[in-house]
Amino acid sequence: MEPRCEQFMNTSRKALQDPHLQEALRSIDANLRTMRDAAFQELPNGEALRDQARNIRDHTLEHLDRYLEQLEDRVTQLGGTVHWAEDAAAARRIVEGLAADRGVRTVVKGKSMVSEEIGLNEGLAARGVDVVETDLGEYIIQLACEPPSHIVGPAIHKTKDQIARLFCEALDAPLMKDPEKMALFARRKLRERFLTADMGVTGANFLVASSGALVLLENEGNIRMSTTLPRIHVAVTGIEKVVPTWGDLSVLLQLLPRSTTGQKLSSYVSLFLGPRRPGEPDGPDEFHLVLVDNGRSRILADKAFRESLRCIRCGACLNTCPVYLKIGGHAYGWVYSGPIGSVLTPQLLRDRRCTSTLPFASTLCGACADVCPVKINIPRILAELRSRYADDPEWGPAPRNEQGLFRLAGAVLSDRLLYEGAGNIARVLYPLIRNMGPADTFPPPASRPFRQSHKRKSRKGRKDAHRG
Amino acid sequence: MNGKMNGKMENPVEPEGIPGYIPGMRVHLFIPCLIDQFRPEAGEAALCVLESLGLQVDYTPEQICCGQPFFTAGRLDASRRLARKTLSNFRDGQIVVAPSGSCVRMIRHHYGELFQGDPVWEKLAQELAGRVYELSEFLVRVLGCEDLGASFPEKVTFHDSCQVRRGLGIFEEPRALLRRVKGLELVEMNRPGECCGFGGVFSARYPHIAEAIVLDKIQDAASTGAGIVSGCEISCLLHIERHARATGAPIRTLHLAEILASGLGS
Repeated sequence: MEPRCEQFMNTSRKALQDPHLQEALRSIDANLRTMRDAAFQELPNGEALRDQARNIRDHTLEHLDRYLEQLEDRVTQLGGTVHWAEDAAAARRIVEGLAADRGVRTVVKGKSMVSEEIGLNEGLAARGVDVVETDLGEYIIQLACEPPSHIVGPAIHKTKDQIARLFCEALDAPLMKDPEKMALFARRKLRERFLTADMGVTGANFLVASSGALVLLENEGNIRMSTTLPRIHVAVTGIEKVVPTWGDLSVLLQLLPRSTTGQKLSSYVSLFLGPRRPGEPDGPDEFHLVLVDNGRSRILADKAFRESLRCIRCGACLNTCPVYLKIGGHAYGWVYSGPIGSVLTPQLLRDRRCTSTLPFASTLCGACADVCPVKINIPRILAELRSRYADDPEWGPAPRNEQGLFRLAGAVLSDRLLYEGAGNIARVLYPLIRNMGPADTFPPPASRPFRQSHKRKSRKGRKDAHRG
Repeated sequence: MNGKMNGKMENPVEPEGIPGYIPGMRVHLFIPCLIDQFRPEAGEAALCVLESLGLQVDYTPEQICCGQPFFTAGRLDASRRLARKTLSNFRDGQIVVAPSGSCVRMIRHHYGELFQGDPVWEKLAQELAGRVYELSEFLVRVLGCEDLGASFPEKVTFHDSCQVRRGLGIFEEPRALLRRVKGLELVEMNRPGECCGFGGVFSARYPHIAEAIVLDKIQDAASTGAGIVSGCEISCLLHIERHARATGAPIRTLHLAEILASGLGS
């Protein structure tokens, strides 16, 4: 997906003026956020689980090469094929190649953020393959030709009425008011596609290295359909999704659904161990696992940023972020939005359009770090991204006038005379510039700063002391 | 306000009665730039509160900024420069009290990081980190004093600044102090810990979002029926007050120190 981070200012402004989006965001706040909090309150050992999860992820990342090799070994033993994709283009080529080679005409897709990252749908469509998103939210944004606005609920920004109108226009549906009827309509449409699809493409929630199992969580049942009906199943995922053992998986499974929606467990938890074996009634003939790097190993190598890869894509940080809850996901300009998006997008893309905007789109309040199931210290990473942007040509650098401004401010604040002089000037100028640009963010300076009245008092105090 | 007006100390609370008080106790009072220039009353109130407890308070006008806004903006060189000044100004081993959560958090949690590996400054940073306190935590946890003899018969709600609550773990202390203020009715917002939207460089870059966020905070505060929002972090209070005034919301802000100094020495 092409980044549009440079539009942050405009898109965020429009977002604040969009009543439908604001209504949707308020409902995320009232529902998803509240349900997550309630689920964790209920857990007697929530903090301990989070610590465990963080340790599991850190350990895995520390030995990622070993676990990936083990995973490949197991998957291959199970009859699956593992493909390694260094970047987005390589990943697309692999899937497109498979599709071409196997005569695939239709693909049904479970939700996969990585597939958005690499632009898979566009790539397949360009080669004449019909791609249908089957997660209802993804289905909706596919019809609307929009990018996802939330990691877990990609169409969360759309109201029921907007979706009803979309169904009319794109699917020839009658105008419906009842969300159940709309879901049923979509279900029927999608059922036809499941039954005729040649290939199912999914992401991965987790990959268990010790067994080679692919783990997928869902509430809708579309993943079960996408992975058992078509003759080929392709899972496209980032290399960081590995967990060492079933025991490790069990810790993360307790945290992921609770963090996402407040559910104790998703409606379906599926464990895939290779393609259908002789004698088994269901399953694809082929199973392919595409492991995508696309900048992840570079993040892994950077000690300051490595913990970004702990992320298990729960979306809890989005649901609790005061900024996200005001501007929604599109303003972040790429696949990943909210706090984790502010952290991943600049690192994966290393594009100045993203490094100059997203790391600053935060108050560093820390609400995200409080809810992250794997305790990623997002504010710390954002501060580090800001400092890289400031001086490092690989990430920035910041424009000269901005550098100059900070240097000037630093000089003034480290020199008493300059500082006191600046204060006096500000007091004189304020009434004149009060309504202009940056002055608007500052409150009126006091007529007498603390240091001045204190000087007076201590002088008076000394006088009194002499007298008394 | 200053209890020294007649050369006589009026102590509502006898220092001997304060658990953590050491006779002749001397502390530095660090008044950061924002309080100095935009809310000097909060600085004066903090001074008054400490002196009313019998402490000897040193203020040095050489001390201006702890370097935090530069640190969070990613300008580490400028931040270090200001941090070195701070470390030099307070190198005498004396306790430093600041009515500012962000400054204390900066010194306590980030100075060591700023000077990591530096043979001289890292040690100084760690040393200072061990004796710097935010005002409410100093009063309650170090001095063991909750009742200063203040009186303020108003309805007050308290905003938990991110730097104070998440940054320093301070939540109970301001409330313990406010509950002992005579006549004060403390009411809680729905989300006292929700960010006010200021975020330093954030509100300069994206003022439209900072505004949208603070309007929610103002609504939450106003819905308590309180006319006053208090806090331990002046940047939040200034941000809240500015937008409350702009929208005509019936709330004003007072730093915790200003409330605690109310009715003292009178």
